[in-house]
Amino acid sequence: MRAVGGRNMGERAPEIKLDTRALGLAMPMYIFLDSKDVIQAMGPTVMKVVGGPSALGHRLTDCFYVGQSGCTTKTTATMQLAATRRIHLTPRGWPQIGLRGCAITTEDQGILLNLTFGVHLSEAIRIFELTQADFASSDMAMELLYLQEAKTAVLNEFGALNQRLDDARRSALDAAHTDTLTGLSNRRAFDLALEQSLSETRHGGAAFALAHLDLDHFKAVNDTLGHAAGDQVLAHVAQILRDETRGRDVVCRVGGDEFVLLLHEAMDLNRLEAMGQRIIARLERPLDIAGQSCRISGSIGISVSQHYAALSGAVMMADADAALYQAKREGRARCRFATGDLAHEDVNEPNREVQGATLVSRVSGGF
Amino acid sequence: MHGLINTAIQSFIRHNYGTPVWAQVCARLEMPTSGFEAMLKYDDAVTERLIGATSITLARPRTLLLEDIGAFIAMTHPLRRLLRFGGASYHEFLLSLDELPARARMCLPDIGVPELSCATMPDGSLRLRVVGDVVGWGAFMCGLVRAVADDYGALAVIDYLGSGQENGAACELVQILLLDQAFSEGMQFDLAQEADRPSSPSPLMACGLTTDAGGRGQKYG
Repeated sequence: MRAVGGRNMGERAPEIKLDTRALGLAMPMYIFLDSKDVIQAMGPTVMKVVGGPSALGHRLTDCFYVGQSGCTTKTTATMQLAATRRIHLTPRGWPQIGLRGCAITTEDQGILLNLTFGVHLSEAIRIFELTQADFASSDMAMELLYLQEAKTAVLNEFGALNQRLDDARRSALDAAHTDTLTGLSNRRAFDLALEQSLSETRHGGAAFALAHLDLDHFKAVNDTLGHAAGDQVLAHVAQILRDETRGRDVVCRVGGDEFVLLLHEAMDLNRLEAMGQRIIARLERPLDIAGQSCRISGSIGISVSQHYAALSGAVMMADADAALYQAKREGRARCRFATGDLAHEDVNEPNREVQGATLVSRVSGGF
Repeated sequence: MHGLINTAIQSFIRHNYGTPVWAQVCARLEMPTSGFEAMLKYDDAVTERLIGATSITLARPRTLLLEDIGAFIAMTHPLRRLLRFGGASYHEFLLSLDELPARARMCLPDIGVPELSCATMPDGSLRLRVVGDVVGWGAFMCGLVRAVADDYGALAVIDYLGSGQENGAACELVQILLLDQAFSEGMQFDLAQEADRPSSPSPLMACGLTTDAGGRGQKYG
């Protein structure tokens, strides 16, 4: 075989004589074809790919599909190889392995192919049970395998770290957003949820309601039965509120015995009223604590986002608060609505009352 | 120091001596037992204090402790496999040690490991020079190459020759007398990872608890 050196044109290149054993050591993945595409010699690693020395004497296309997978050619390998120096072979029986390499025409019209597994290295090693000895020392195969495993290890480690950080972030967030006594959201979480709802509604999302609940007669429980009993009552109230709201709703304890509910898509005033009545009815059921019967109730003020032309969380909160005190003034244990800054036929009741700048109306009962 | 180094020491203590001993080390360092994160960076002084506290807690001299740690780390997953990519035989592996720091930097550019060079001496023995920021890497490498010899099934006498200063860096020497390359069968090493083995849920050395060395020679007094 002739090796072409970097000499001037016309000058005869020096010849390097190699037997096939030496060639196999230098290029364990070489195939030497004669002019009729018949395999005359091959390196020891290619030998493992084609299943042994029995492939010698067979045509290249008996052992490989020539060309990129999916566009194999029926023309002879030689014609294909003559057209391009960069070649692609797929071993018959192993469609998942692609061998890439170069083809060099030798002086005696033969073709020398030198191949590599390229990106299919790991799979080829598994399938053909290859070892380090199957690769030339100059081959980057070991570095590729090394990097692949090292990269996987580093990515796993980063993945685990991210998971731990995310868990820590979540629990810190939960701790920051939860009222420890009742497990309800705290004011901080509520403010975030309200901001989110305001933003969604301003951008065409569904309307929402704010319900402000203040317990009636709670102070008496605290004073007569002690704080521990009071805490039990609060936990009980929290459970009622969780029961009567839906998963997406946010229930928050904002003060000692004050709660705020952020109710999503709660547009039907009648249903809101019914929900308020259900909550009050359940609050009024006597609760047995340490052999003592506790009786409390609650008053609720509600503001609804659809009643506002200019949506403001602060105004809605203030209006719900005003509606709550309206309910308290009217004798407690009832639910009142704020009318907002729009006139609404459906909530405009004849007995509408004006309280300061805030309109408070009562939804007609009977539902 | 890279967090990997600290977590390696951490898993060495927890695996070989148990969680109570790790808790003692942490108490000495006044730090929580949750320990280190492999992918974060720590001040060099932290590692030095960790080694010091471990040495006192285990009543084991610093050099011997670092040899133990090197031997332990070499057999943890996936480092054992990464080391075996160095060569088909133990002799090849030793000669490839020169490239080990560059290999380490290929995947973690800021790993901060010492420079290594392995030369054949006139008497046929090999001499590994370890040049790092601090004295200690030499003892660590001594333990590491000893464990890898077992893994290849080679019989070698490996001695830590000591340390000196060289241009402001710590230079340490390890002598390797390779007696028999094929002394025992050694541990199986396939280039391909077993397909059915799930990638280790306890990645890198942070959890050397799942070493695939079968627990050989991992107990230290």
